[in-house]
Amino acid sequence: MVAEALFFSAVLFTIGVIGVLIRRNAIIIFMSVELMLNAVNLSFVAFSRLYGVSGQVLAIFVIAVAAAEAAVGLAIIISIFRHHQSIDLQNINLLKG
Amino acid sequence: MMQHGLFFQFNFYVFGLIAVASAIAFVTRKSLVAAALWLVNTMFCLAALYVMLDAQFIGAIQVLVYAGAIMVLFLFVVMLLNLGQVPGSGDIRRLWPRLIAGAAGILLLAELSVLGRQQLPRELLIPAAVPNVVTEVAGPLFNEYLLAFEVTSVLLLVALIGAVVLAKKRI
Repeated sequence: MVAEALFFSAVLFTIGVIGVLIRRNAIIIFMSVELMLNAVNLSFVAFSRLYGVSGQVLAIFVIAVAAAEAAVGLAIIISIFRHHQSIDLQNINLLKG
Repeated sequence: MMQHGLFFQFNFYVFGLIAVASAIAFVTRKSLVAAALWLVNTMFCLAALYVMLDAQFIGAIQVLVYAGAIMVLFLFVVMLLNLGQVPGSGDIRRLWPRLIAGAAGILLLAELSVLGRQQLPRELLIPAAVPNVVTEVAGPLFNEYLLAFEVTSVLLLVALIGAVVLAKKRI
């Protein structure tokens, strides 16, 4: 089961990377990052079957950090939307040289 | 390590493939709300995989925190910014999606009624070898990783304050 779980984890991570690369909507990109975190969690849990329960503890930490990151990131998206009236990342190029 | 039967392996593959298919649907949807709901589906399937990998506590946390809280936060922001509508896409589905949805609903109802009457296969019940899944995780969490646990509480407080400060119009 561990090998299959690692395979699914790799596929989900790749889909998350593709989502970050091909989409321009900030919220979709953000959700793709969440998908990547989930894929890593699946790896942690799969390895915890081989190497003891520490992997599950780390998965709990990843979930906690993901929750914090979602709260702060969505607050940033809201304040960007207030300034630009859009969350399309093509329009947000204030820091571009 | 427990030896698993064919039923277990089949279900493992089914949930994994549904997770991958939902993730692909999530990346390719135009509508934000549809994408978020596909991602919720992926997370539910991942929770099933966690339970199958003997990590029942992580599975429950996944449903509660990820599918329950984080995705609701995302949908709430989509609603707040009024980004849900895609121009040119109607709300009511065509005939085929309706038929598939009805068939899926009937299938789930039939499964529930059958499972309510029958005894579950023995390998599906929680094996006696796992005494208490929460204690197993809590041991290392409060001994080896105690410092990280405490730092996480500070991190959550910082995130809380940061989110309020960033999203507030006028401080």
